[in-house]
Amino acid sequence: MLLRLAWRNLIGAGMRTALNVAVLSITFVAIVGTLGLLEGFNRQTSRALIEGEYGGGQYRHPDYDPLDPISLPDAHGAVPGAVQRQVEAGAATAILVVPGTMYPGGRLRPVVIKGIDPAQRLLDMPTTALAASDEAVGEVPALIGTRMARSTGLGVGDVVTLQWKDARGTIDARDASIVAVMHTTVPSIDQNQVWVPLAALRQLAAMPGEASLVVAAPGAVPVGPGAWTFRDAEELLTDVRQLIQSKFAGSAVVYLLLLFLSMLAIFDTQVLAIFRRRREIGTLVALGMTRGRVIRLFTIEGALHGVLAVLAGALWGTPLLWWVSVKGWELSSLADDYGFALGSTLYPYYSPRLVTLTMIVLLAATAVVSYLPTRRIASLEPTDALRGRLT
Amino acid sequence: MGDDILIRTENLTKRYPMGGGVLVALDRVSLEFRAGEFAGLVGPSGSGKTTLLNIMGSLDVPTEGSAVVLGERVETLSHEKAAELRNRHIGFIFQTFNLLPVYTVFENVEFPLLLLGLPAARRRTLVMQALDRVHLADRARSKPAELSGGESQRVAISRAIVKEPRIVFADEPTANLDAANSHGIIQTMERLNRDLGTTFIFSTHDEKVIRYLRRRISLVDGRVAADETLTPATAGGPA
Repeated sequence: MLLRLAWRNLIGAGMRTALNVAVLSITFVAIVGTLGLLEGFNRQTSRALIEGEYGGGQYRHPDYDPLDPISLPDAHGAVPGAVQRQVEAGAATAILVVPGTMYPGGRLRPVVIKGIDPAQRLLDMPTTALAASDEAVGEVPALIGTRMARSTGLGVGDVVTLQWKDARGTIDARDASIVAVMHTTVPSIDQNQVWVPLAALRQLAAMPGEASLVVAAPGAVPVGPGAWTFRDAEELLTDVRQLIQSKFAGSAVVYLLLLFLSMLAIFDTQVLAIFRRRREIGTLVALGMTRGRVIRLFTIEGALHGVLAVLAGALWGTPLLWWVSVKGWELSSLADDYGFALGSTLYPYYSPRLVTLTMIVLLAATAVVSYLPTRRIASLEPTDALRGRLT
Repeated sequence: MGDDILIRTENLTKRYPMGGGVLVALDRVSLEFRAGEFAGLVGPSGSGKTTLLNIMGSLDVPTEGSAVVLGERVETLSHEKAAELRNRHIGFIFQTFNLLPVYTVFENVEFPLLLLGLPAARRRTLVMQALDRVHLADRARSKPAELSGGESQRVAISRAIVKEPRIVFADEPTANLDAANSHGIIQTMERLNRDLGTTFIFSTHDEKVIRYLRRRISLVDGRVAADETLTPATAGGPA
């Protein structure tokens, strides 16, 4: 009964209800929309990193730390037996990392030379181009990314000198021929990276059978890596997750502010309703309603704003958010320079969990804010209310 | 309390703090009302009519003394018990009609029955009967804003009697109506009193209403100055 009465009162309030619902529904869609961008960021980045770099996880040499260039010269060793068997079974692929120098156009540029099996299919990289090269001319086939190509001015067919220290500490150099330029959204396999055939690098660096890390196939069961360590994809994505968490925390202030302003409108409406309708409250009590029921009636009335806002938001927000999720959000070229594995377009993702949680938060906040002013009814004397006075 | 005594007040006193002093709205009022009465509390503004009506209607409590309504001691009733008493046995008619503006006439009259939890079919029957009694069945779908003052008050009467209460309190029911409507309203209530046996207690200073009363209780400064049973000769229709 209270729901029915509350509904009638809400609809009877006309424009006031429409304005509140409009503001609330904008808040609802705005929160879902912006959180959807972050969730899309998370999914897009995670997928790109898994497909291009992390796979199902990485076995790492004890000294290998991609963030510590000083340790790289020592970060190589024989692949543990169990891991090597996975590599041979095609469930993993080994990568040898050797720090070096490149001389594009005669200029010195520090790079990381990475050896990878040209036949691998675990990582989304065109490594087959490395197999198709002709080593007869004595040049090492090399694969670079578009960022690297842009910053060095290199293109397919160009030859550039590579220099490195082998396992014995001897400085060696050789010309490399750029056989392919790959487009990837993952900057960490592109910027300052030169990919060459694993067998060639092992030979040139005097590191036979060695690797710095082994990338496991997604879904592969990890094996005992001996002295090496295994980090699954989730662990490798921790930095990205933390970055998104920090972004979320930063954005939360804006959402809370938005929510606060909407709630202020509801609170104001409730206070005004109690003031304007005090004679009606007195009448309801005189007709036999308890004050508790009157409080519930006004609370439901206020909370229904939230329900209507969710429905209205779903009505106009669904096509809008769907359109944005399909068309994507164009990022400026600067976004790439921050090192995010995003590419030029961010595709938002609105998960059922995100929509449900936002809905629950909005409805709960509206219900609480609707209830707070109604507590005044508890102390309202019906005789005063009937005279249009507040006690 | 005798079987036919619905209300008994004893030394009922109500004082309000006002400014630095105290306003005595009711001063040791002792009265009894029996079933089927058509009685009026008469007196000038500030004489305590509405206060007495509110206490007997369990909307207010006395400062001293007691009011027993349908066997319930008003001053000791909890909010919930008082609401239940009003919900089941008491109807109210107000000077300003107090119809709920967003509801139709039908829904306004239906409201007390919703509170009683009656099924929809029963509610519909009772509402249409009540509207029929005040000759407004054809306005069931109208909104209060579309009604004249007299029609609004008839809807309020309909709402008061729809649950067939034992007592109806009417606070200055004709104060906002013209002479023709006032007579119409009071005649309607007199007919309902006669047909349904419902006790009607008014507060009024309107001579048009007073003319119809069968019992007149005159209040002056919160005290009962006179309590007269009017003979059929003095009670009656419009002059």
